[in-house]
Amino acid sequence: MEINKDLIAASSTSLVLAILAEGDSYGYAIIQRVRELSGGQLEWTDGMLYPVLHRLERLGYVMARWDVAENGRRRKYYRITSEGGAQLTEERKQWQAVDATLRGIWRALSTAIPNNNGESAAPLPEGV
Amino acid sequence: MPDPDQPVSIEEQIDQWRSYLRRRQAIHAVDVAELEDHLREQVAGLVKAGLATDEAFLVAVKRMGNLDALSREFAREHSDRLWKQLVLVSPDSGELPAPGRADTLVAFCLAVAAAVAIKVPSLFGRQLDEHRPDDIDFYARNLSLFVLPLLTGYFIWKRRLGTSTLRWLAVAFIAAGVVANIYPFASRGYTVALTALHLPIGLWLIVGVAYAGGRWREVAGRMDFIRFSGELFIYYVLIALGGGVLTAFVAMIFRAIGINVGPFIGSWLLPCGAAGAVVVASWLVEAKQSVIENMAPVLTRLFTPLFAALLTIFLGTLLWTGRPIDIQRDLLIAFDLLLAVVIGLLLYSASARDPRLPPDAFDVLQVALVVSALLADAVALWAIAGRIGEFGFSPNRVAALGENIILLVNLAWSAVLYIRFLRGRGQFTGLERWQTSYLPVYALWAAIVVIVFPPAFRYV
Repeated sequence: MEINKDLIAASSTSLVLAILAEGDSYGYAIIQRVRELSGGQLEWTDGMLYPVLHRLERLGYVMARWDVAENGRRRKYYRITSEGGAQLTEERKQWQAVDATLRGIWRALSTAIPNNNGESAAPLPEGV
Repeated sequence: MPDPDQPVSIEEQIDQWRSYLRRRQAIHAVDVAELEDHLREQVAGLVKAGLATDEAFLVAVKRMGNLDALSREFAREHSDRLWKQLVLVSPDSGELPAPGRADTLVAFCLAVAAAVAIKVPSLFGRQLDEHRPDDIDFYARNLSLFVLPLLTGYFIWKRRLGTSTLRWLAVAFIAAGVVANIYPFASRGYTVALTALHLPIGLWLIVGVAYAGGRWREVAGRMDFIRFSGELFIYYVLIALGGGVLTAFVAMIFRAIGINVGPFIGSWLLPCGAAGAVVVASWLVEAKQSVIENMAPVLTRLFTPLFAALLTIFLGTLLWTGRPIDIQRDLLIAFDLLLAVVIGLLLYSASARDPRLPPDAFDVLQVALVVSALLADAVALWAIAGRIGEFGFSPNRVAALGENIILLVNLAWSAVLYIRFLRGRGQFTGLERWQTSYLPVYALWAAIVVIVFPPAFRYV
């Protein structure tokens, strides 16, 4: 199953902030964590993570620093700031509201239509 | 970690990928380093999972995503990077901070020295005051001598010129200073005005020799000096505009508290600022050389078609109406300026042109501009030639006539070389060589005007 690009983009901020809330991390490890959490269903284009990280840095949600990794190479680590934490709480509330709404309608539908795959492939606006 | 069996191959591949990424304007060196770290981790992970190194590399690059899309994303986040910024000392690389800072310091000190130098004569009672014509003459004659030696000093320091070159440069400036000050010029006369006008032109060649360092004998070295001169002019005009705004504000806000700063502006802010700005502008041109697009070629691209159209319409109107040229006092000077502008357009479009490219439509336009300027000037000279005796040979008229002939010769031979190039009979470098070799001719004529004219015309 391929997840729509718009959905990936919409969830990226929350995901990255949440992963950083677990502890400081760097690009490659964040991608790995996303794969692990989604069971491989959320496939990010690796490079696209970095503009997201830079945006969060500009907004003050994360702080970056260069450090030497265990393999001796220089690596850029990211840490969530207190503003980032507040933003994460806010986003979490919003996602929970969306999730609750969807859950409600899924429950209502699941009694009416048992399993219709054709329906979910309805034309959604494709992100660029 | 790269596979020890194929260490060269994977490093080469990563090098290639990195250089490909570096070409993207929106992706800076730090980002490339971050992405490279990611790529290496990914390759190592895949190798550990059982892939061969080159397979792992291909998969890792694929997962990184399409580079166009990636650089678009970077550009969206860092839109400021698409503007070439005036970064004097790059914060990322930190490669050349020491010389950059020393350069800044030397330029700043020399700018201050130029600003001070222009006020030194006031210690000896020389004032820039419209009621003191002798002092005005003094400043007019010596203006370039206050600033250009310091500018030359900047390039001597920067290019680390040897003592033999240094000696020649010093001799030239001292000789200029002597000539400008021992002649018994008539107060507010023609010859003193000519000296004031031509001394900077002659001394500019001395600056050029220092600027080019050891490369003055090379076409490329002199071409760089031409580029430098054009950019310096543009920077100076911009600084002057900013200075004008500053001056206006100074006058305005001090008037608000009832203090008249007019005398301060006239005798301190303006002369010191104008002198220091020459060094500052030169330093800026040097510092930003590779950072910002050169402006002079852009302006020539814009104005060459307009000037070509103007001159063609002028010639057409002249032929159609058959009106005789109204010979006025300033006619020669007006046509001198026209030829100088046309040569400027020719020079600066040549300075930005890749000489290996074949001729294109813009080259045809350039030739049209040169030929129409030649025709217009020929008409003007023809009109003047018949009546030059009636006007008499004043120093101004002789100087203007000499300049006209010098510019005319330059343009005529440029037209020949350009047409040869268009017809595939010659190289574009021929035109470059001609233009750069002609530079000393201007300086020589300026020297003649400064040295020979005043005695020849009895210092009127």
